[in-house]
Amino acid sequence: MTNPSSQPHFAKRWLQLLFTALKHELRQRLRQPSQLLHPIGFAVLVALLFGFAVGPQPEKLSLVAPAALFIALLLANFLSMELLFASDFEDGTLDALAASGRELVPLLYGKALAFWLAQGLSLLLALPLLMILLKLSAALAPTLIFTFVMVSLGLSFLGLIGSALTVRLRAGAMLLMLLILPQAVPLLIFSLGAINAAQLGESNAAPLLYLSAITLALFVLAPLAAKGVLSQEIND
Amino acid sequence: MNKLWLYLNQLGSPPNFWHWSGPWMRCSFLLALVLSVIGLYGGLVLAPMDYLQGETFRIIYIHVPAAVSSMSIFVFMAIQGAAAIIWRIKICEIFVVCAAPIGAMFTVVTLVTGMLWGKPTWGTYWTWDARLTSELVLLFLYLGVIALYQSYSDLRAGARAASVLAIIGVVNVPIIHYSVQWWSTLHQGETITLTGSKMHASMLWPLLVMFIASKLYFLGSLLLRTRVTLIQQESGKAWVRQALAVEAPIAANKAKHLSANS
Repeated sequence: MTNPSSQPHFAKRWLQLLFTALKHELRQRLRQPSQLLHPIGFAVLVALLFGFAVGPQPEKLSLVAPAALFIALLLANFLSMELLFASDFEDGTLDALAASGRELVPLLYGKALAFWLAQGLSLLLALPLLMILLKLSAALAPTLIFTFVMVSLGLSFLGLIGSALTVRLRAGAMLLMLLILPQAVPLLIFSLGAINAAQLGESNAAPLLYLSAITLALFVLAPLAAKGVLSQEIND
Repeated sequence: MNKLWLYLNQLGSPPNFWHWSGPWMRCSFLLALVLSVIGLYGGLVLAPMDYLQGETFRIIYIHVPAAVSSMSIFVFMAIQGAAAIIWRIKICEIFVVCAAPIGAMFTVVTLVTGMLWGKPTWGTYWTWDARLTSELVLLFLYLGVIALYQSYSDLRAGARAASVLAIIGVVNVPIIHYSVQWWSTLHQGETITLTGSKMHASMLWPLLVMFIASKLYFLGSLLLRTRVTLIQQESGKAWVRQALAVEAPIAANKAKHLSANS
C-alpha cells in the first residue's frame, strides 16, 4: 500500500468522510429529540435542588451559583454520554469498517463532534433559564458559554476513548463515568477558575487559555488513541 | 542486543517466570521485612524529635515512601502497558493488572497517614490542597484500571484495555497535578531532591531504608500476584500441573478442579 498522505486528494477525501459521518450521526441523534431534551430537564432539576439545599437567602446563593450552574450542566452532559460504539460493535458495523480498509479516524471525529453538537451544545438552551433561577448577572454569560463549549468538546473526545475501551462490555456505561470523571478534573478546575475570576471582575485569560489548550490537545490526540484501542479490540 | 532481547523474552515466558520468580519473591519479602523493622526502629525510636513538629513528624517514615511508591507504581504500570501493547508480551499485561491493587493500597496509605498527620499539624484532616487532591484523583485512576480489568470476562482483553488506560492516565497525572497546584496549595515543597537534602542525616537514614523496604515489598507483592494470575490464566497447561505438583500436591489437585470446572 502506498502512503495515503502522499496522494493529492487525501485531505479532501478525509474531510468528505468526516462530514459524511458527522451528517449521518447528527441525523440519527436529531431523530430522537427527546434524547436532547431530557438532559436539559435534568440540568434545570439539579439547579432547583441546589436552590433548595442552599436556602432562599440571595447572598448565600450568589456564592455557590456559578459552581452550581456549571456542575448542573456538566452532570447533564455526563449522563447523556452513552457508549458511542456499543450498537456499531454489536451489529458488526465496526468489523465491516475495519475490513473495508477505510480511514477510521475521520469517522471517529464525526462521532465525537456529532455528540458534542447535539448533546453538548443543546444544553446551552438551558443556560438562560438556569441563570435566572440562580440569579446570575448577564455579564457572566460569555464566560459561561465559552467554558461550557470547551468543556463539552473535551468531554466528547474523552468519551471517545472511554467508549473505545469499554466497547465489548455490556455494563459499560457506569464504568465509562468512573474512567472519564478523574481525567476530566483539569477541565473542571480551569473552567471554574475562569468563571470565578469573571465573577470577581478579574482577568481570566490564563485559565481560559489553559482550558483551550487541554481541549485542543484532546481534539487532536483522542481520535488517534481511540483508533488504536478499537483496532486492537476488533482484531481479537 | 539480539541476545539481550532473547534473554528478556525467555525471562518473561510463563514457565521460566514461574521458576525464577519464586526465590526472588521470598528474598524480596524477607529483605523488605528486615529493612522495615530496621527503618521503623530508626525512625520511630532513634531519630531525634523535630524542633517544630515534635513527635508527629515521624509519620513521614511511612507517608513519604508510600507516596513515592503510589506515583512510581503508576509510571511502572504505564511502561509495562506500553511494552504489552507494542511487543505483545503477555507477562507485561499481567504486571499492569497486578501492580494496580498494590499502587492503590500505597495511595490509600498515603492519604490516611497524611490525614492523621494533618489533623495535629494543619488542624484539619482534609484540605483541598494540590498534592492531596492529585493523590485522591490518582486513587480514582487506579480504581478505574482495576474496575476496567475486572469487568472483562476475557482476562487478556481486560488486561490490554487496562494497559491502555494506564498509559492515558500517566499522561494525565502531571496535567492534573499542575492544574491543581495552580488552583491552590498548602502542602510543603520537596524536602529531598536528587541533588541534596534539607534533612539532618540522623533523620534521613531511616527514611532511605524505608524507601528501599517499600520498593522491595512492591517487588515481592507484584511477583506473588503475578504468579497467582499466571496459574489462573494458564491453568490446564502442562507446565502448571508440573510446577504445582513439584511445589505442593494439594494445590495441583485444586488446579485440576479449577480447570475441570472452567
